[in-house]
Amino acid sequence: MPLVLEKRPAAGAAALILSPLLAVALTLASSIVVFWFLGQDPWRALSVYFLLPVSDFWGIQEVAVKATPLVLIAVGLALCFRSNNWNIGAEGQFLIGAICGGGVAVWTHGWGGPWVLPLMLVAGMAGGAAYAMIPAVLKTRLRVNEILVSLMLVYVAEFLLDWLVRGPWRDPFGFNMPQTVTFAPEATLPVLFDGGRMNLGTVITLVVVAVAAVVMARTVKGFEIKLVGDAPRAARFAGFDDKRLTIAVFAISGALAGLAGVMEAAGTVRQLLPGFSPGYGFTAIIVAFLGRLNPIGCLIAGVFIAITFIGGENAQIILRIPRDMTMVFQGMLLFYVLACDTLILYRVRRVAPARRVPT
Amino acid sequence: MTLAEAIFLTVITASTPLLLAAIGELVVERAGVLNLGVEGMMIMGAATGVAVAIVTGSSLAGVLAAIAAGMAMAAIFAVLTLGLAANQVASGLSLTIFGLGLSGVVGAPFVGIQREGIGKIPVPFLSEIPVVGPILFRQDPFVYLALALVVGVSWFLWRTRAGLVLRACGENPVSAHALGYPVLRIRLYAVLFGGACAGIAGSYLSLVLTPFWTSGMTAGRGWIALAIVVFASWLPWRALIGAYLFGGLIILQLHAQSAGVRVPSQFLAALPYLITIVALTAIMALRRSGGSVAPQGLGRPFVPDR
Repeated sequence: MPLVLEKRPAAGAAALILSPLLAVALTLASSIVVFWFLGQDPWRALSVYFLLPVSDFWGIQEVAVKATPLVLIAVGLALCFRSNNWNIGAEGQFLIGAICGGGVAVWTHGWGGPWVLPLMLVAGMAGGAAYAMIPAVLKTRLRVNEILVSLMLVYVAEFLLDWLVRGPWRDPFGFNMPQTVTFAPEATLPVLFDGGRMNLGTVITLVVVAVAAVVMARTVKGFEIKLVGDAPRAARFAGFDDKRLTIAVFAISGALAGLAGVMEAAGTVRQLLPGFSPGYGFTAIIVAFLGRLNPIGCLIAGVFIAITFIGGENAQIILRIPRDMTMVFQGMLLFYVLACDTLILYRVRRVAPARRVPT
Repeated sequence: MTLAEAIFLTVITASTPLLLAAIGELVVERAGVLNLGVEGMMIMGAATGVAVAIVTGSSLAGVLAAIAAGMAMAAIFAVLTLGLAANQVASGLSLTIFGLGLSGVVGAPFVGIQREGIGKIPVPFLSEIPVVGPILFRQDPFVYLALALVVGVSWFLWRTRAGLVLRACGENPVSAHALGYPVLRIRLYAVLFGGACAGIAGSYLSLVLTPFWTSGMTAGRGWIALAIVVFASWLPWRALIGAYLFGGLIILQLHAQSAGVRVPSQFLAALPYLITIVALTAIMALRRSGGSVAPQGLGRPFVPDR
């Protein structure tokens, strides 16, 4: 093998920012090739994907609406991934949050007051956190693989939502459509601008990002999370309890995913229906990595991914490109991010071919 | 054919894709690599398989294309995790997302085109045996292939020198490297083998089980295959049992639905996923005293020192 990886003495600070930018650039370059293959004009396609969504105020509001759940979930996942806890089931926690919060809205429909909305948000967070506790407890007690458990629970949550909106929670006056009632005004998040769709959820998300950024950078808890992930042995010697931390980060990420779910229900969709999430929980994994597992990074990455989401919808209408193309870009982007990360930690060097050792 | 025979037959067809994907992933994990992209490789196999089969009119060409697609996906994963020592969990996840998306794009022109599935091949004489014959010896080629793979992989891993080296790469890559074995190259072969198996498993879905393309048709089977590997404690024979148990469960759930069991259909549909969790928990609880049997180097990137 003429090329080898060599550990760099210290990761350059510039490379930390450069690597995601390089990844985005490589993704754009690759997408030009893909568009060309699909017989599209690459420049027109790129502008539909990346420029059209942010070309007016209405579009920017739409981007904010999409970015809100992505960023909120990704911030929680970043804490998990940072400490080597692989919560892959944020999609399930998102749905359970929507179900718990939406359940409050359905239950209080017609007799609720101003207390309904806060109760919904709390119920959504509690539901998401409780759902995330299943993989967390199984991991800490029995060392069951948390990746598989959290992922399997996504399917369970989907079926639960499907059953609820077709069965007990179906809108009695909804012409037999599988959906709940449209939430009453006291059960919906207020919009920020008249006629727009951007709502209070975006503000809440920005507050969460700020708090998470301070916790990660300035507190012992943040240090503990990073240390357990980077050097578990050292963390154990330092007296940090990694099991308690696992429970804590799962609870936080579950609560944030649940909050995202209930805010999506109360702010954007305003009812529950099957196929309620376009896979926010999974896309947020990409956002977390693209944001370098850093809360502020997640915010920037979330906005970028939200643009591709809307761009994908535009491209489906304008260019008749299948919507799955968005996932291709997202997957590709994550590939490039991971590859570029290696260039931070390692340096690729040419060496003379090693002599074969007789076996 | 009696009802019991019919049920057994469907159980086998439901289990075969799980078994194919699981046996491939088992070899990958034995070499110390955790590829969470099984779902992505599998669905690319399904999409490419049916697309090529429709275009060329040949099922065999479809299967070969599915194998190539699975291996190509695995090669991307290998470049990231072996070549660039990237995080295996994240790389596997991105492979799944990428595969789910790309398969939708590849399959889009073929939505709704139905074709004849690959037929069953009765083994002469043996298929005439009452009861057992029709169940075991009147199957499609994939079923035979899956069983042959179980025997072959089990023989390879425990009866050959190459298998021993592969396992050594999974247990202790540093020692294997010190002994002069090309750890990364062996891991590459294992990953490619896993991709080929996932590709075949995918083509089974789109060419035999439901002989047409629908977006997202793997429906989490790749993830269940990953669970089967853990459930099987990384042993091929137990993977066989695990795959047939899960396949049986899926069929049981379908029969319960059609028999009008008074339980919401969504609960029955969620059952295989819930049982996966229960099975993983049970296996870990039983194993608690004996410690973990996972390959020691599983999921850790290896960068040869020099």
